[in-house]
Amino acid sequence: MNSRAFRRSAVAVAAFSATAIVLAGCAGGSGNSPSADPDEPITLTLATFNDFGYDDELLQEYMDENPNIKIVHNKAAVSQDARTNFFAKLGKEGLADIEAVEVDWFTEAMQYSDLLAEVPDSAKGRWLDWKEAAATDEDGRLVGFGTDIGPQAICYRADLFEAAGLPTDPEEVAALFDGDWDNYFDVADQYKEATGKPMIDSAHSVFQGMINQIEFPYDEPDGTVVATTSQETEDAYNAVVERAIPNSAYGPQWSDDWNASMANGEFASMLCPAWMLGIIEGNAPEVTGWSVANAFPNGGGNWGGSYLTVPANGKNVEAALALADWLTSAGTQEKTFVNAGQYPSVIEAQSSPAIVDSTNAYFNDAPTGTIFGERSEAVTVNTYKSVDFFKYNQALQDAITRVFDGLEDQQTAWDTYVAQVEAF
Amino acid sequence: MSFSDKLSRWDLKVSPYLYISPFFILFVIVGLFPIAYTAVISFQEWDLVRNTGEFVGFQQYIWILGQEQFWVALRNTFSIFILSSVPQIILALFIAAMLDRNIRAKTFWRMSVLLPFVMAPVAVALIFSNLFGDNHGLVNTVLTNWGLPAIPWHKNPFWSHIAIATMVNFRWTGYNALILLAAMQAVPREYYEAATVDGAGPFRQFWSITLPSLRPTLIFVIITSTIGGLQIFDEPRMYDQEGNGGADQQWLTITLYLYRIGWGEFNFGRAAALAWILFLIIMVIGLINLAITRRLVRDEGGRGVVRTSRRKKGAVQ
Repeated sequence: MNSRAFRRSAVAVAAFSATAIVLAGCAGGSGNSPSADPDEPITLTLATFNDFGYDDELLQEYMDENPNIKIVHNKAAVSQDARTNFFAKLGKEGLADIEAVEVDWFTEAMQYSDLLAEVPDSAKGRWLDWKEAAATDEDGRLVGFGTDIGPQAICYRADLFEAAGLPTDPEEVAALFDGDWDNYFDVADQYKEATGKPMIDSAHSVFQGMINQIEFPYDEPDGTVVATTSQETEDAYNAVVERAIPNSAYGPQWSDDWNASMANGEFASMLCPAWMLGIIEGNAPEVTGWSVANAFPNGGGNWGGSYLTVPANGKNVEAALALADWLTSAGTQEKTFVNAGQYPSVIEAQSSPAIVDSTNAYFNDAPTGTIFGERSEAVTVNTYKSVDFFKYNQALQDAITRVFDGLEDQQTAWDTYVAQVEAF
Repeated sequence: MSFSDKLSRWDLKVSPYLYISPFFILFVIVGLFPIAYTAVISFQEWDLVRNTGEFVGFQQYIWILGQEQFWVALRNTFSIFILSSVPQIILALFIAAMLDRNIRAKTFWRMSVLLPFVMAPVAVALIFSNLFGDNHGLVNTVLTNWGLPAIPWHKNPFWSHIAIATMVNFRWTGYNALILLAAMQAVPREYYEAATVDGAGPFRQFWSITLPSLRPTLIFVIITSTIGGLQIFDEPRMYDQEGNGGADQQWLTITLYLYRIGWGEFNFGRAAALAWILFLIIMVIGLINLAITRRLVRDEGGRGVVRTSRRKKGAVQ
């Protein structure tokens, strides 16, 4: 290409992109401009992970209501994959029109809240206060549509409890577990004495439950790091090591062995956030003994939950906002609860009969809607999860695993963790 | 000078460069530029999303070298590399020697040797994870059924390295065997005939004819597996769910550590510095390899077959 031809095409490209920017600006500025034709066919991409309960039937419903819109749903296997993808492409190209973000890395995303589109005013106020507050940046822009929350209850195997001489009825079990963590571990000791087996699935899940009851486990909003000095965090670590590890079948969760263990009765109870029900059922479809008790040590705890975000530089921001709005509306959240056990973060949905009256056949017809509603009300602490939360949490979980595996003793593992935190 | 004369002279001078240029242009874009850009980032505190950075000098390098985890990762990388490369090359030689013989259905056997190489590393890792599960893995189930103690695959560094090396070997042995086989087939058959007449057995023939002829190919195989071994990622990444290399960094390799810093903590300055350290390590190992190679080739002293065959070719010309 000679230089003149090059120059000419460069001018053309520049002119074209300038026009495109101006047009895009118009489209964003006013809904009435001719380029924002409401009947224009649009393809919207939706990126989620694990199971949000957005099945084909649900999405088809929206497409039937809006014939010009086609939804393409991409599902990542785990939230870590989605996280990598999200930050690699944010502010550039290639993100879906709607991207799901998990609570554990939502603070990281909030650092770039200016690159995310704002939730329309009409949708504001529909979520739980703390859910909405966490998605509002310093400038007061709300940039995340809350999907689910993860109030925790206790799942248990009634058949194994019976064999161990413990009560089996959900209400009696709830009364048994009602109390603090020490009480929970006492029951575990009792179970072990009777059967010789651990009662708890994994030391990590207990640790997660405890950390989610601490307001500032690792650092504070002003940047003060308390990961190694917080008494609450150290107490949680010590309690897990001293009392949970001897009663746990596994150290970490999510391994192949751990997945398989839900079906073969290696343990009898598990702390379960609402979304865990689907995972238990998926891993142990043949087992009939699983039940849910309406209790949680030390009151309530919230583990997990997600948001939907709309990258501001997407092609169809307006349409994407409308879809995200619909996906997190009370009506849709009722359906995703039925589909995947996603307990809603929308206040109206929480009290709707569809959820309050719902039962789960797999968990011996447990009234899961009511149980998780009450567990949600019991949540008093909203754990501060900073940008570095993931890093600190991983390091402390590793320390627990080292003790569990017999590689280091309680104090050595803690010292290694302290050294790691100091190196960050 | 007429225009066409000028053109043909230009053609003579420039064309060869033009013909070979596509590779070099491509290399500059996808090879050299990323390496240089990584170097730039490695001196900065980098924000991936906004593509901005702050110059911090050698701080990232100093941080990496001061990390205990880095040295553990280095140890693991070399351990896995040795546990995989050594048995792999010996096994590949053996397989190649078998395939080089007069057997039935040659193509079938050769193709099947390459089959594991076609499998995606992630698929291999998934299958082997089932074998090496601590509690319900196939290997441990068999062992405990025989009354033997279970192997701590995910606790003991040595056993985790063995498990990962097994996945690597499964994938790469056949590939190396085929390369060695190709080299073996280039050895003139007369040597073997002469050796048979002289009364040398198959083992003696392999030792005195096949192995010396394979020397250059062996060196190639060793260098490529060194580079591959130092960059090992997929297998340790898939060895457990989190992909962090174990709670005690039992199977954390350099590339896995790099990925963790880059994509786990989004600290691309440090990750880039680590990438450059790895680059330098590979360069140093490569130079050592080269030095050994040169010595080996020079050291032939006329005894080897390679040298004789060269002389023969010269005589024909």
